[in-house]
Amino acid sequence: MSHIIDQLEASLLRSDLPRITPGDTVKVHVKVKEGEKERIQLFQGIVIGIKGGGMRTSFTVRKVASGVGVERIFPLNSPTIDKLEVVRHGKVRRAKLYFLREKLGKAGRLKERRTENGE
Amino acid sequence: MSKGIIGKKLGMTQIFNEQGQIVPVTVIQAGPCVIVQRKTSAKDGYEAVQIGFVDPNGGKRASKAEKGHCEKLGVAPVRVLREIKVDASDAAKPGDSVLASAFEAKTKVNVTGISKGKGFAGVIKRHHFAGGRATHGSMFHRAPGSIGQSSYPSRVFPGMRMAGHMGDAQVTVRNLEIAKVDAENNLLLIKGAVPGPKGGYIVIKQEA
Repeated sequence: MSHIIDQLEASLLRSDLPRITPGDTVKVHVKVKEGEKERIQLFQGIVIGIKGGGMRTSFTVRKVASGVGVERIFPLNSPTIDKLEVVRHGKVRRAKLYFLREKLGKAGRLKERRTENGE
Repeated sequence: MSKGIIGKKLGMTQIFNEQGQIVPVTVIQAGPCVIVQRKTSAKDGYEAVQIGFVDPNGGKRASKAEKGHCEKLGVAPVRVLREIKVDASDAAKPGDSVLASAFEAKTKVNVTGISKGKGFAGVIKRHHFAGGRATHGSMFHRAPGSIGQSSYPSRVFPGMRMAGHMGDAQVTVRNLEIAKVDAENNLLLIKGAVPGPKGGYIVIKQEA
């Protein structure tokens, strides 16, 4: 019975996006509709959490824009995401990086995680 | 003409609309259904079509009477029968199939089903009474309170909201939007919730 829903959800999953993990610095290219025109908006920041699973997965990206912390939550499989780029992997030890909200300036940096294949 | 179909509720999920927004939807296995009988005012006193949800198990659990009814009218064994009122001019005849493709996305439908049974429920759950304070010496928690006065009217008015059986009753939700039609698999994705449990049978009707 529910395998029909599983199939339906599987058909909505996006396979063209790279795998992201908390601590990654990502560039999210978001499609923005302004009237008739559509343009791409860039949002770059650190992934501070990934929520949900399967079709319901969403991730939170945090950046500090002119001294103000900005967080944006994106559904991972949303068609509004044009492109997702991983700029840098951060070395982190937990799944949710909410502690970054209290860190200001230099304290909010993460060490880079280097992988063997140099990714 | 109003059109209708019998569906089986499979559960809920979410999809993206054209704007990229998330839409909560109920997935409904809508048929395949078949017209079993055409009731006419000349013969039956009213105008309706009897629609059946074709049994995927070939009538394994049907009674003899149900099987005989389908056989007599020359249609496949059905699992559920429901009637939908139609105009006298309606040309539907037994054996006509009713499929999900009869519906279009973005249109509004009314969905009728049997709600989930809640058992014997108190007034807070059943009628949204506020209830009393839990602590600080309060001795009034979830009770209904006064249900009338003593000298006049000296009785309880009919229709007084009290505790009792809740749910397991026919419920119609009107003006639900069809988010998507999957004609290939006979699925209807209806925005929002519909009455009843997963696996429950519902009737989807569209007013012309």
